This record gives sequence, C-alpha cells and structure tokens, in this order.
Amino acid sequence: MSAVEFRNAAFRIGSRSILRDLTLSVEPGETLVLLGRSGSGKTTALRLINGMILPSSGEVLVDGNPTTAWDLVRLRRSIGYVIQESGLFPHFTVARNIGLVPRLEGWPEERVARRVDELLERVALPAGEFSGRLPRELSGGQRQRVGVARALAADPKILLFDEPFGALDPVTRLDLQREFLRLRAEFGKTSVFVTHDVREAMRLATRIGLLFEGRLVFSGTPREFRESSHAEARAFLDVLNEQ
Amino acid sequence: MLSDVLQDLLDEGLQLLGEHLVLVLSAILIAAAIAIPVGVLVAAHPRGRSLALGIANVGQTIPSLALFGFLIPIPFIGGIGQHTAIVALVIYALLPILRNTVTGILGVDAAVRDSAVAMGMTRGQILGMVELPLAAPSIIAGLRIATVTTVGTATIAAAIGAGGLGVFIFRGIASVDKLQILAGAVPAALLALAADGGLGWLERRCVRQ
Repeated sequence: MSAVEFRNAAFRIGSRSILRDLTLSVEPGETLVLLGRSGSGKTTALRLINGMILPSSGEVLVDGNPTTAWDLVRLRRSIGYVIQESGLFPHFTVARNIGLVPRLEGWPEERVARRVDELLERVALPAGEFSGRLPRELSGGQRQRVGVARALAADPKILLFDEPFGALDPVTRLDLQREFLRLRAEFGKTSVFVTHDVREAMRLATRIGLLFEGRLVFSGTPREFRESSHAEARAFLDVLNEQ
Repeated sequence: MLSDVLQDLLDEGLQLLGEHLVLVLSAILIAAAIAIPVGVLVAAHPRGRSLALGIANVGQTIPSLALFGFLIPIPFIGGIGQHTAIVALVIYALLPILRNTVTGILGVDAAVRDSAVAMGMTRGQILGMVELPLAAPSIIAGLRIATVTTVGTATIAAAIGAGGLGVFIFRGIASVDKLQILAGAVPAALLALAADGGLGWLERRCVRQ
C-alpha cells in the first residue's frame, strides 16, 4: 500500500484552481520532491497530505484512508512537518519544542526527556548545550535542525518538508541537505519535500514531481528528469546548467 | 487642632482609598472577564472584530459624567451608588483590553500557528499553549492602560454617590478647598502610577519569557 496517494485531488479557492486533478502516489521509504515555481501548487499538495486543507474534489489517502475520514488531530500527529523559518514556538525552550508532540501523546516525562536528548544528538546539537535555549538564541541552521528533530519526535512514518532550507545561506543549506540524506539513511522515513530549488531537488529526491500551474507535468527519478522534454522541466534544467 | 483635622482627613482618606480600589479592581476584573474572551473569539474573524471593536469604541466616546448620568435611570444596572459606577467604568475599560487582546492574538506569527495546527494540537491547546502566552504582553499592556485610566475616571464616580477619592475632589471644588482637592487627587495619581509600574513590570517579565 502506498504511504500517500492522491486520487484526482483538486483544490480550489472560490473559482480559482490552485491544484488540478493530481494523481500520484508516494511509496514507503521514498523521498518525493515536489518541484515548481511559486504558485505552482506544490505547498497546497503538501498541505493536503496532513489535512491542513481538504481536497475540493478527488481524495488524498494516507495509510489507505482518505484524509476526510481521518481524525485530523490523529492524522497530523502521525506526520512530521517542517516548514521554512521552522515555526518553532518562540516561548518554548528547544527541549520543550522537540518534546511537544510526545507530550501531547501522553508519553511519560522521562521517556520524553530521553527522546529529546537522543534527537538532539541525531541532529548534531549537543543536548547539554542546546536543550535549555530559546529559538531566538539559535542560528537559522540550528533552528531548522531543531525543527527536524521536532518533526521526528513522535516517530512519525511520514515527514513533510515545506521549503525547510529556503531561508538559509548556501553553506548551511548544503550542510542540512547532507544531514537530511544521512537521517534518511538512518531512519528510512517516507518524505515529501517541497522546493523551488532544482539543485536541491536533484540532490535529495528519489523521485521528482514537477508542478506547473497547478498540474503535475512530470514524475520520475532525477535521472529521468534530466531527460524530460517538457518545457517547464527544461526551464528548470536550464537553471541547473547555468550554474 | 490642625493634627485633629489631618487625622480626620487621613481616616476618611483611607476609607475613600479603599472604596476607590474596590471600584477600580471590580471594574478591571469584570472588563477583563468580558474583553479577553471576546477578543480571543473575534480575533480570527474580521467582521466580528470590527463589530466588537466598534461597540467598545462607542462606549469609549461617551463623556464620563454623561455616562454616569445615563446609567442612573436604567433598572438593575443603574441607580445611585457603587454598582452603577462599576458598570460605567467597565464600559470604559473594555476597549483597551479588547483591542490589545485582538492585537496580541493577531500578532502571533503565522508560521508558529501553522506548525501548531500541523503538529496536531487541538484548538484549545493552541489557544492555551501558544496564542495566549504569546499574546500575554500585549494583553497585559491593555490591562495597564485600562487600569491607569480607570483610576482617574473613578474619581468622577463620586458624582453619583459611589464614593472613592473623588469625594474629596468634589467636596474640595464645592468648598474651594485646595487641600481637599489635593487629598483626593494626589492619592489617585499615586495609585495610577503604582498600577502603571506594577503592570509594566509584569508586562516586561512576560516579554522576557
């Protein structure tokens, strides 16, 4: 069974189509990168997965059940979510931020504490130094590491990334992309990753889904993407070749 | 002789100060109990927001002496005395608390709220763990403005027999007695400064956290 499956999913606001007729499935363990320009519908597709929005028509299945049939709180707690600027709670320490979902899930305190320490080690932030800090006392890259740790905290099967490294400087971005690959090798989670950075897509994806004006115009491996003749794919590949 | 006069003034002053405190504290507590929940409810809805703020605004524009006068003939909430004064003071205190609650809730970073929803927090959890704590400095600032102005406005409550430090002021005006006016005005000003300082401290503490 696919981890996530879009079946003719569409999303409209009023009469405006944001996402049209998307049919696509994400297999367990793969990293699907949704690539596209601003306004191409990629973030909308991502938010359909954890029920932040529900499809206007068609359906999105997670673990075989349509999001409309899920208890949305349960659905969201079983999916990790990392966004740009991390969305960390500014009034929570790093440790409280990471331990949030386990605590909401009613884990005993000591298990939460152990999990937080373990995750901080995994994202290369020594617990002794970082667990008591507030998000504003961290660099952008460190905040995103905490964001990733928070998303992993309750051991979700699926992880969603919405341009998580978009606001970082190129050096830190590369650093975190490598970290992402290392964590993927370690945890083997199913990931859906949204970006407009074609280089990032090529580096991280096991499969690329290219969105253009709300439509999926390409789906395949990075290697296949290089061979794609679609105009939008060519446009992105030009960016890659320019550099 | 003079010390007897001062002693009487002091005794009466303490009693009036007590009445004043009761007026201000009841008014602020009631206003907060109305304005904070309403602010939370309407913050996310532009229409409800402008309606609530509009109503609170109108309340604010009525001259205070007139408002006290208007309330006297109204059954239950009106009449002569303390409770009528408290109703009027509540009406004045609503706007700053309401406005600052709305501002505080709206000021919560969209990314923070978004990730709270995405992590599967319920509406109540988001409100209690994220929105209210982050809006707290703004809400306290609203309470601070409301309290300081209420301390001043409450002196007018003496005009409808509600007591408080205004008694000294009105009596002083009637008898052209500067000492009496000062006996009312100075403690009222000090009270306002104390409220300002105390709530300002609380506000800064909240910001730091």
